[in-house]
Amino acid sequence: MRALFTVIGATAAATAMAPAIGAQAQTGGAIDVAIIGEPPTLDPMLTTTDVTSIVTQHFFETLYTFDGNWRVSPLLAVDMPEISDDGLTYTIAIREGVVFHDGSTMDAHDVVASLNRWTEMAVRGQGVADRIDSIEATDDFTVVITMNTPYSPLLSLLAFTNSAAIVVPQEVIGEALSDIVGTGPYRLAEHRPDQYIQVVRYDDYASRSEPSDGAFGERHQHLDEIRFVPVPDSNTRVEGAVAGQYHFADALPTEAYQRIVDSTEIEPLMLRPFGWPIFAFNMKDGLLVDLPVRQAVQAALAPEDMLLAAFGDEAFFVVEAALFPDRFVWHNDAGADLYNQADPERTGELLEQAGYDGTPLRILTSHQYEFHFKMAEVARAYLEAGGFAVDMQVVDWATLSERRNNPELWDIYITHSPFLPEPALTSLYSPSSRLGWADEEKDAVLTAFTSETDPDTRLELFTELQRLVYEQAPFYKVGGFNVLMAVAPNLDGVPESPWPFFWNAELTQ
Amino acid sequence: MLSHIVNRVVGMIAVMFIVLTTVFIIVRLAPGDPAAMMLGPEATPEDAAELRARMGLDEPIPVQYVAFLAQMVRGDLGDSIFFNQPVLTVMADRAEPTVFLTLFSILIAVAIAIPVGVVSAYTRGSLFDQGALSTAMLAASVPSFWTGLMFQQYLATHLGWFPVSGYGGPDAGFFQRMGHLVLPSVVLGMVNSALIIRFSRASMLDILSDDYIRTARAKGMSEWRVVMRHAFKNALIPIVTVIGLTFALLISGAVVTERVFNLPGVGSLVVGAVLRRDYPLIQGTLVVVAGLYVLINFLIDMIYLAIDPRVKF
Repeated sequence: MRALFTVIGATAAATAMAPAIGAQAQTGGAIDVAIIGEPPTLDPMLTTTDVTSIVTQHFFETLYTFDGNWRVSPLLAVDMPEISDDGLTYTIAIREGVVFHDGSTMDAHDVVASLNRWTEMAVRGQGVADRIDSIEATDDFTVVITMNTPYSPLLSLLAFTNSAAIVVPQEVIGEALSDIVGTGPYRLAEHRPDQYIQVVRYDDYASRSEPSDGAFGERHQHLDEIRFVPVPDSNTRVEGAVAGQYHFADALPTEAYQRIVDSTEIEPLMLRPFGWPIFAFNMKDGLLVDLPVRQAVQAALAPEDMLLAAFGDEAFFVVEAALFPDRFVWHNDAGADLYNQADPERTGELLEQAGYDGTPLRILTSHQYEFHFKMAEVARAYLEAGGFAVDMQVVDWATLSERRNNPELWDIYITHSPFLPEPALTSLYSPSSRLGWADEEKDAVLTAFTSETDPDTRLELFTELQRLVYEQAPFYKVGGFNVLMAVAPNLDGVPESPWPFFWNAELTQ
Repeated sequence: MLSHIVNRVVGMIAVMFIVLTTVFIIVRLAPGDPAAMMLGPEATPEDAAELRARMGLDEPIPVQYVAFLAQMVRGDLGDSIFFNQPVLTVMADRAEPTVFLTLFSILIAVAIAIPVGVVSAYTRGSLFDQGALSTAMLAASVPSFWTGLMFQQYLATHLGWFPVSGYGGPDAGFFQRMGHLVLPSVVLGMVNSALIIRFSRASMLDILSDDYIRTARAKGMSEWRVVMRHAFKNALIPIVTVIGLTFALLISGAVVTERVFNLPGVGSLVVGAVLRRDYPLIQGTLVVVAGLYVLINFLIDMIYLAIDPRVKF
């Protein structure tokens, strides 16, 4: 239901979703996967960057994972945990016979040491650390997590592949891992930075036995070897894919779509929708602390024009208010009437009501992601039409990443995110994020949402949270956008995910 | 002679000190935070501050500067923040593609430029001369990334004559890796030949109008001997200078070409380090490159001694 990618075009669909007629799958072989650049680290606990997740999920595993419908499912845990009635105690049985890549056997002590490191070092772990009283091994294969407050997103956090709660041998644990040793279906063979990351099949891998479903279930290890090749230039990724040099290429420019369609070496894959561009508002300092000014920005913006400028063709975006697309259970239309207003008169009224004195609205953006910059240019035109003075600050991404941490330096910064499996995985709603969205009503809804364990009640609470997003305008979801990727016609079994993995992929003849 | 060499070495040390200081200041003045880049988009300002402290980047700048200078004096370039390895190790891993790309490019550039420059000068004003000058001007004016993209698209993607990009996988042997350098070398060689053609031509024109050339001809010496033995040898000094400077620039990394062809060389290393604000790696790489530049200039001066007996220190 929540599968994210669709294949564009009948030809592409026929070949991408299934092997060609008469084709036979074969075990073995090696594939080259072009990724968007060198991962900042191969320790997925230490970063939330997607490129690290894509690579490291092949050699590191977590207690839980997500199935094809983004439901939390067991991976290194035997089953879903036993949760006490008060929601404070999670008893997790650990699988026996799981062997690390160094030959040692995983037990509960490794899990405890790994989870403790996660709460100390990982951004997402640190975020939940103050709710955890203890993590203990009660025997060699049982771990008990005791919370001081119920926190329903805990299992999603333990399942997620970035800022990930990976399980490693306690012997390699330190501030930095002393060795890249996981339990995954592939082990790291060689890493030549900026050249390739080579992973090879791990013969002692202990796979789950359930049928494969998303990242859950059996991991087949059809391929002998996977080589992730960092290719930062998107045009070079296109050329390499069209020439047949790569079996899979991630994040290609939409202008290359027709070339990929025309190619005999590669076929297009479209993750539709992949993610959402976000205008993040500064509620700690500056103009947008005032609600009417934020509402004026909301009234001014024209998402359709912004998305068209950014992506060039309606095939690559969707104009939609809902914070999750309709394939997610979280999809709802609360607050949608405040989206896509493009109303300069209303903007002017709100600015007058706020007593706006012409102070420039500082928009922080970057050419690193060209679609950010293009959206910002269109936004500027609409904001100025509504009466704003706009100060566009175009910097490189490293500068933006630093400046957005100082609330004195910006009013809006532009970013984007894939659609995450669970709303609580993003920090946008949190009062402690760099946006600083602190509001009594919202905080009460958020607390209830993260404490509630009943799925239906959580959906109602998220609907309420989305309504507050539109009423209080802490950020602006511009819409949904697709990501173009390319896959070789003879590579089958690449999953439907923003974080594609290849342990179930196979080369067909 | 010896005193000149000593003076030059002292001068080189002074230049390196200025380079070290300038590099440190520029790197630290540039906005951007390696901690924020490493942690990714979901990290809070507090997370970034904590990591910065662990990296020692929260120390006052003068303290960091003194520590940096002390490291340099010990010959320690520090450890890359992102690769978690000594800077020299990281650079050594990238040296092969850059060194061979530089050598091949220079060989191609010289093989094209010197014959064309000499013949152009000798046939000054001819159709060949005008054609060579126009082509050289065109080659120098077209951005190397455009030439690279065109070559890549038509010769590699469409015709399949060359690898599109990269430097070979884990199984690639030496000759396979060198195969990945052919196309980028041709691109760089063409671009750099333009400058060398112009210098060769100008230098030869200058020499060919000298009195001793006329005397040599009057003595009945063959044109080949006049041009190659008397004119070309004396025209070499400016040509060697420009070849040396081109070599020094290329060894520091052909940034754009390496990026277009996705070569893991020093140029792409520096670009990546700047984008990620990997301070030790930026500093270490620039210091090594500046040192090489200074050293190559010094060696060029020494070569003058060998090729022109009139040069004395």
